[in-house]
Amino acid sequence: MSILEVNNVSIRYITGDFRDIGFKEYILRRITRNYHVQEFWADRHISFSLEEGEMLGIIGSNGAGKSTLLKVVSGIMEPTEGYVRRKGNIAALLELGSGFDGDLTVKENTYLRGAMLGYTRKFMDETYEKIIEFAELEEFQDRPFKQLSSGMKSRLAFSIASLVQPDILILDEVLSVGDGAFCKKSEAKMLEIINGGATTILVSHSLGQVRELCTKVLWLERGEQIAVGDKEMICDLYQQYLDKTITLEEAREKLNSRSVGTTGLEERTGNDKQEDRHTS
Amino acid sequence: MLKKLKQNQFLFTELVKRDFKQKYKRTLLGMGWSILSPLLQLLVMTVVFTRFFGQNTPHYMIFIFCGTLVFSFFIEATNGGMETIMGNAGIFTKVNVPKYLFLLSRNIQSLINFGLILIVFFIFVAFDGIAFTWKFICLLYPICCLILFNIGVGMILSALFVFFRDTQYLYGIFTQLLGYMSAVFYSIDVYSVKVQYAFLLNPIYLFIRYFRKIVLDATIPTVWFHLLMAADVVIVLGLGCWIYKKYNTKFLYYV
Repeated sequence: MSILEVNNVSIRYITGDFRDIGFKEYILRRITRNYHVQEFWADRHISFSLEEGEMLGIIGSNGAGKSTLLKVVSGIMEPTEGYVRRKGNIAALLELGSGFDGDLTVKENTYLRGAMLGYTRKFMDETYEKIIEFAELEEFQDRPFKQLSSGMKSRLAFSIASLVQPDILILDEVLSVGDGAFCKKSEAKMLEIINGGATTILVSHSLGQVRELCTKVLWLERGEQIAVGDKEMICDLYQQYLDKTITLEEAREKLNSRSVGTTGLEERTGNDKQEDRHTS
Repeated sequence: MLKKLKQNQFLFTELVKRDFKQKYKRTLLGMGWSILSPLLQLLVMTVVFTRFFGQNTPHYMIFIFCGTLVFSFFIEATNGGMETIMGNAGIFTKVNVPKYLFLLSRNIQSLINFGLILIVFFIFVAFDGIAFTWKFICLLYPICCLILFNIGVGMILSALFVFFRDTQYLYGIFTQLLGYMSAVFYSIDVYSVKVQYAFLLNPIYLFIRYFRKIVLDATIPTVWFHLLMAADVVIVLGLGCWIYKKYNTKFLYYV
């Protein structure tokens, strides 16, 4: 079985319902007959699977549903349809800077974040020095977190998170934190983790990075899975799409004709399902 | 759940610490306030009701203290609990952590506060010349019930607050009403029997009455009284757990 299997996952947001707009608005809209509940599918029928040591790059424009998909994969959200199967522990580095408490000191925040990521106290005691050293924040340990610059904040966040040794690692735009020097350092650190055999998912707007690091690419656009599979071809087509030399439809046709795209995978997952039935 | 709690023990202690520091940041007296403020409140109430309203119940100060002790614990725990899901949205939308941890950590903080005031309460009791009997051990029962009751109410409120922001204001008014209805500073003996029974519907009054029975009357309430309290706790806590279970994955759409 694969380390990670995402099968036909769809996620729906509902906006404008009673709980969203509140009591007053609800009554007003009911009276004016303006009450509509809107559905919004952030992701629709996404399927892919990853084997051990593989690295998937997710590309797509803003609002394509990349972050939502990662939230489902990491278990923060439940998919509205479909299912996600994971083997082993999972570490998700999503929007690194958030979730810190501005009034606590750097040290306290480090421990709190470490606890959230599932480290033990012993582990934190042992590695705290390393974290601070890596983040280059030795002089700021007892300062309130809110006094740090935003670059320092993300450096700290990255340093804490990069100590994980997970089976599945999820990186949402984290390879571009800090200044140039730190960027290099963090990329090296990430490579170390990836080479350690973790199955990784990387969201990035840098196609160069994706081409360099990933073994597989998933292209999302407005919640739809345009293609998954061969990285060179998908990256090329995505680049052309970004340059507006081809439309989405044309890209899809090209992908279909070469039979790496969505259709190829659907067949595969279909087979997987049958196998599942056999075994159970 | 216990296994999960053990798994998250480190996170839990860190959350408790954080809540503590958040509460007392930039206050001069720090934790001293958690003792001082209920004492000042007690002083005001005692002076007002004995001097201006001519209350002359024996041990009136202890009588009121029983009320404020229970009531302020309830208010603090539930008001704090209400904000736990909204207040920690930045965390649980990014990291997969059990959401009840935030509520429990907040309740621990209120419990520590309560413990401190309870010590002061016993000192007052001693000074007022009330004899300590073995029956005081029974006070553990209402305290345990109240802790669970607070968690249950906190669960319900925190979930409601996510879906319905007006909860905060409505609850503020509700607690004010509850304060007057819980006989914190008056005795219900002057009312007819029917009305006295009606008071038993109020769980907070039950807790206060239990304290008064033990401390002032040195009697243990009936078995039925114990069961009634337990029933209240089971209902509220059950409802809270059910809501958390049902909406566990829905919260993040609305925060």
